[in-house]
Amino acid sequence: MNKVTDELLRLISDYDGSFDGAYNIREDGQCDSRRSTEHIRIESKITEPGIDIYISAEAQNETVFIPACVSHSGVDDLVYNDFHIEAGANVTIVAGCGVHNDGHEDSMHNGIHRFFLGKDSYVLYKEKHIGTGDGSGARRINPVTDAYLEEGAVLEMDTVQLSGVDTTDRKTTATLGARARFIVRERLMTDDVETAETDFTVTLDGPDSGVDLVSRSVARGTSRQHYRSTIIGNNRCTGHSECDAILSEQGTVTALPALEANHIDAQLVHEAAIGKIAGEQILKLRTLGLTEEQAEERIIEGFLK
Amino acid sequence: MLKLEHLSWNLPTGEEIIKDIDLTIPDNKLVVVTGPNGGGKTTTAKLIAGIVTPDSGRILLDGEDITDCDITQRARKGIAFAFQQPVRFKGLTVRDLLELASGQPLPEETLCDYLGNVGLCAGEYMDREMNASLSGGEIKRIEIATALARRAKLSIFDEPEAGIDLWSFSRLVDTFEELRERHNGTLLIISHQERILSNADEIVVVSDGTIRQAGPREEILPTLLSDAMTVRCPMGGRKHE
Repeated sequence: MNKVTDELLRLISDYDGSFDGAYNIREDGQCDSRRSTEHIRIESKITEPGIDIYISAEAQNETVFIPACVSHSGVDDLVYNDFHIEAGANVTIVAGCGVHNDGHEDSMHNGIHRFFLGKDSYVLYKEKHIGTGDGSGARRINPVTDAYLEEGAVLEMDTVQLSGVDTTDRKTTATLGARARFIVRERLMTDDVETAETDFTVTLDGPDSGVDLVSRSVARGTSRQHYRSTIIGNNRCTGHSECDAILSEQGTVTALPALEANHIDAQLVHEAAIGKIAGEQILKLRTLGLTEEQAEERIIEGFLK
Repeated sequence: MLKLEHLSWNLPTGEEIIKDIDLTIPDNKLVVVTGPNGGGKTTTAKLIAGIVTPDSGRILLDGEDITDCDITQRARKGIAFAFQQPVRFKGLTVRDLLELASGQPLPEETLCDYLGNVGLCAGEYMDREMNASLSGGEIKRIEIATALARRAKLSIFDEPEAGIDLWSFSRLVDTFEELRERHNGTLLIISHQERILSNADEIVVVSDGTIRQAGPREEILPTLLSDAMTVRCPMGGRKHE
């Protein structure tokens, strides 16, 4: 791999020169390197770019790394990655993406990830996105996540984008069977003229299924964010979504939450709050000795932690 | 030593809230500011902390004129402030706030000391977010703990008793007493509580934007208690006895 990819990997995943476990490193649209393990098998797709990741029931507390990096200008990467998780497996999937652009042409990564979680399996999915480089070409990352959870499966999704991505269009859908749980923690910060679209659709089909979706974001500069979420309750289920956004400078945020209850025992809740940092919060931290700027940074850091 | 000289502050409408106050607060004493609601106690405290800027007069801390210092500068010079109505923070934990207040990472036993002073168990609270999951009373006690964690030259507490339960209040009074006995900086407490007034070295009575009385507890408290016994019913009834 090249030096830029090496640096990006350190930013988006737990890379310290090597990975401990199964991995597939994608660099500029090609497979750079790959390793399967006894319980996690990674294979190339035949008909489209991307890989299939097969995680056996014997995989317990194991980790698989699927990072993708774009290291120069003018790359338009599209990849389809499918995760097949057997019943009872327990894994962490780290799938960050970094786009570096020092040139004038746009660079883009479109990652379409599908998750098929077997009965009572557990997945922690960590996704960190970052843009680097000072070229005039845009850095774009458009992740699509489709998840299908069988009875009793749990998917925890921890998704972060904190800097350098000019545009992002993030689409996540999930369909849940009986007793399945989907937990999402999204943290997003945009600055300058960046834009971010984020769209969640969760369908609660199984009895006693549930989703807890929390999105926290900060819009700085003249950046724009659009948040949409739809929770559909087709059975006895619980759904909670929370969208909190902090506005700074001229940043703007729109939030369009929707709840659709199609069953008498569907309990769906949405909370949304958008606004600047409360003056009282700044004041309190200033009485502790922080400057106004330090107070604002500390509040944002905590908010997105 | 803190000195307020001819301090005045008006509302933007011109209404006088603080009227030409002169006050000297000696070092390492427990000074209680009391008086009727709306009399100017909190505004006086905010003027000292730099949260409100005076229209005229001077504030001197150890002889240095700090009138033009902002909130941050005054905090760094050794003034701590516990708000009457504390604010919540999404994302900041109790530990985060106490460490910010103290200016350094804190071991668990120190967190335990600060939170124990306000009747909270560190193990249960230190990693909790300062958000709506905490009750008003809990937030209030944490606010007081952050002021204690500053270990400041001058610590100002605005009605620390408001919103906290009897047991926590009792623990808090003990804490103030311990701090006073250790002569660990000056405590300026705005309060209406007789138990706090009874522990004061000095009492200042603020009413209608002016200082009505100021002096040692032995002089002021008997007068205050006597006045309280003879206060006129606000509906115009007979005096209580």
